[in-house]
Amino acid sequence: MADHSEHTDYVGHVIPARMYYLIWAVLMVLTATTVFAATIELHIFNIVLALLIATIKGTLVVLFFMHLRYSTKLTMVTVVASIFWLFILFSLTMTDYITRAWSTYTGH
Amino acid sequence: MATAVQTVERENYLNANYGIKSWLLTTDHKRIAILYLISITAMFWIGGFFAMLIRLELLTPAGDLVSSDTYNKLFTMHGIVMVFFFLIPSVPAVLGNFLIPLMVGAKDLAFPRVNLLSWYLYMIGGATALVAMISGGVDTGWTFYTPFSTTYSNTHVIGAAIGIFIAGFSSILTGLNFIITIHRMRAPGLTWRRLPLFCWSNYAAAIIMILGTPVVAVTLLLVALERAFHIGVFNPQLGGDPLLFQHLFWFYSHPAVYIMILPGMGVISEIIACFSRKRVFGYEFVALASIAIAVLGFLVWAHHMFVAGISVYAALVFSLLSYLVAIPSAVKIFNWTATLYKGSIQYNTPMLYAFGFMGLFTIGGLTGVFLASLGVDVHVTDTYFVVAHFHYVMVGGMVMAYMAGLHFWWPKMTGRMYPEAWAKLSALLVFVGFNTTFFPQFLLGYMGSPRRYHAYPPEFQVLNVLSTAGASILAVGYVLPMIYFLWSLRYGEPAGPNPWNAVGLEWMTPSPPPTFNFDETPVVTWEAYDYEHQPQEEVTVGH
Amino acid sequence: MATSEIQVAEHALQHHFADMEQQKETSTFGMWMFLLTEIMFFGGLFCAYLVYRASYYQAFVEGSQKMNIWLGATNTAVLICSSLSMALGVRAAQMAKRKLMIVLMLITIVFGFGFLGIKAVEYHEHWVNHEFPGPNFHFETGDPAHPATDPQHTQIYFSLYWAMTGLHALHMVIGIGLVTWIVIAGYMGAFSPEYYSPVENVGLYWHFVDLVWIYLFPLLYLISKKHGG
Repeated sequence: MADHSEHTDYVGHVIPARMYYLIWAVLMVLTATTVFAATIELHIFNIVLALLIATIKGTLVVLFFMHLRYSTKLTMVTVVASIFWLFILFSLTMTDYITRAWSTYTGH
Repeated sequence: MATAVQTVERENYLNANYGIKSWLLTTDHKRIAILYLISITAMFWIGGFFAMLIRLELLTPAGDLVSSDTYNKLFTMHGIVMVFFFLIPSVPAVLGNFLIPLMVGAKDLAFPRVNLLSWYLYMIGGATALVAMISGGVDTGWTFYTPFSTTYSNTHVIGAAIGIFIAGFSSILTGLNFIITIHRMRAPGLTWRRLPLFCWSNYAAAIIMILGTPVVAVTLLLVALERAFHIGVFNPQLGGDPLLFQHLFWFYSHPAVYIMILPGMGVISEIIACFSRKRVFGYEFVALASIAIAVLGFLVWAHHMFVAGISVYAALVFSLLSYLVAIPSAVKIFNWTATLYKGSIQYNTPMLYAFGFMGLFTIGGLTGVFLASLGVDVHVTDTYFVVAHFHYVMVGGMVMAYMAGLHFWWPKMTGRMYPEAWAKLSALLVFVGFNTTFFPQFLLGYMGSPRRYHAYPPEFQVLNVLSTAGASILAVGYVLPMIYFLWSLRYGEPAGPNPWNAVGLEWMTPSPPPTFNFDETPVVTWEAYDYEHQPQEEVTVGH
Repeated sequence: MATSEIQVAEHALQHHFADMEQQKETSTFGMWMFLLTEIMFFGGLFCAYLVYRASYYQAFVEGSQKMNIWLGATNTAVLICSSLSMALGVRAAQMAKRKLMIVLMLITIVFGFGFLGIKAVEYHEHWVNHEFPGPNFHFETGDPAHPATDPQHTQIYFSLYWAMTGLHALHMVIGIGLVTWIVIAGYMGAFSPEYYSPVENVGLYWHFVDLVWIYLFPLLYLISKKHGG
């Protein structure tokens, strides 16, 4: 196709391919790490570590593969809002389950 | 355009093309709004039909009109049709679709084809649910509580669930369209602080649609999977918790009531401003209150579960949050009242409905606060008190707002005025009929009459008969507008662009508007509800 | 700009948008909004998972021992590779490299099928071992020293496993369909640096599906130290 300008606004930011390969490599390493970490007995920290690694991976995917880093503030607000609303669903539901045992009558 | 006097009808969105295909494949938001108007009205009458059977059964204490199983199906289907296929779409899909592009000065919504898709999804969902109802019905209650709905009910739960699931996507797509249109397609000069409160309200409702509907969708999907494949997430025999269903269900279904009421409140803001000839008092607070209702509405869902078995500590938290969510609604009522103060009030039909809304929504809302109190709730939950509460807010509030909006914008949508005398009579009948139907239910509930029962002790009969009598008056109040609106399409007085002398971009195009709304994108230089200095010809909107 | 590109651009501009920039930003924002609904959609299942895992931890541990961690890890790697090819493909569309875009999209589809194939193998394995909930469910840890704590609760684990991975797989199938459409439309020259938002939006959808798996994998497969292989 004919030449075009890469500076027109609506073409959007073109990220160098190198960046994508770098993110890919980090993701693969993190995947291996999380599998390896699952073979070690860390008790309660198994899940903490697993979720931490998953969140780092997820953040990289969202920021770079999904271009959030180069998107508008409004898009960022949308992503943060979704996480916040999930948090509402999880935490308020868990207030019920966590506190049920508190009022269990044991008969003593 | 031709400057000679034209006796032939000017081109508008209604006569731009003819033929069924031009309607069924339209992407014009105004035509889609009319398609919704027709289908939602049909659903209203279907839901009303179930209501009529319920009230007929309740004329006598014995369960003698229908069997208890049939009665269970009647109130279930009344609820499903009214909640999912009438109340949730009504103002957004009809008035919102029609007006939001006009109010922001755009030629259409952001995604016109998605808009058409949302109507088709609504129709497919509605048809699926109706098929489930006709082929035997559903008897779980519109709330689908498990494990009855997943294991023990022998009715068409999956069919109804699928219908609601599909209609949920219709709702999501509408909400998505509204949010993006309001963010990205406002005319030059139309800042957020000049945006009509109708847009703010629909924006807030759209946020709820986007965030809440997917959760009920996946929950109903789990119910269907559990029924079909025994994926037993809610099955107590496996250690599943029926309350988890209720948590996930009400996470959407409580905010859903704010999806219903917020657009109605938006309508009221527009009408009160216009017929007081005043700017809405505390515009910023009313706008922010809409957002506050949307956010806080997500934090209160377990107040539907106070006696279901949740932990009392969680109940305390939700009770407190439920008190908080009443505050922004109250702010709106105060601000509307302040708008009326020293206003130049005109008692047109839309204003009458708005007055009705303010009174009845206040009663409904306050009784909601009673229910938020744990002590009171233990006594009146699952009684007619709750039924009366939600009908006050939904029918006394929401449906009145919908009627108000239909009347207010009817001249814009059709180019015709409705007959004012008949309209005022209907408004009066609706108000009297509504209170006669539902106020006795507060008393019944307080005295202990349970909901969802087809038989009751004889001492409750008088109030039940009164309630049914009121329902028949209410029905007449709804039938009359059907008739005179249709009558007005042919015989109504032709309306000009701005029969109410209102402020707003939608009043600056002809009635009915041309297909592309504005010949040139308007530039907004005035504040919202600028009734003191009403600009007449400043905006170049073509003709 | 070449004439053909101007024609593509003008043809692609819809009447209610002022210019292509507004159209592109609007359509991308629309896709993000839709993904927000998808997050809440999966979120309901994650909430159910959270509640039951908190209540029946041991039963969940035992259930997850039956997951093949190597197949799961391979699938994770497959999806990450598919995200790479997708991201590079969107970039190629941005830079008007039509042939490259098509190749990368085809690679993405291959990875997608790879994922589904491995998933099918896993599903078959679970099915044959009676690890599907319902009347035929039968669970044993296979270790006589540690019998199953509560098979009923483990059945809930498997219910969530099948529901969550099944829903995810369904999204993968839809994603493959969308990428196929991109390949066909791209082959017919529908996209240009001025108009590639459908490619970007399908990319966003694809990455989102990858994102869900990034959380599913540890939550379902890596609950605790694996006993044995």
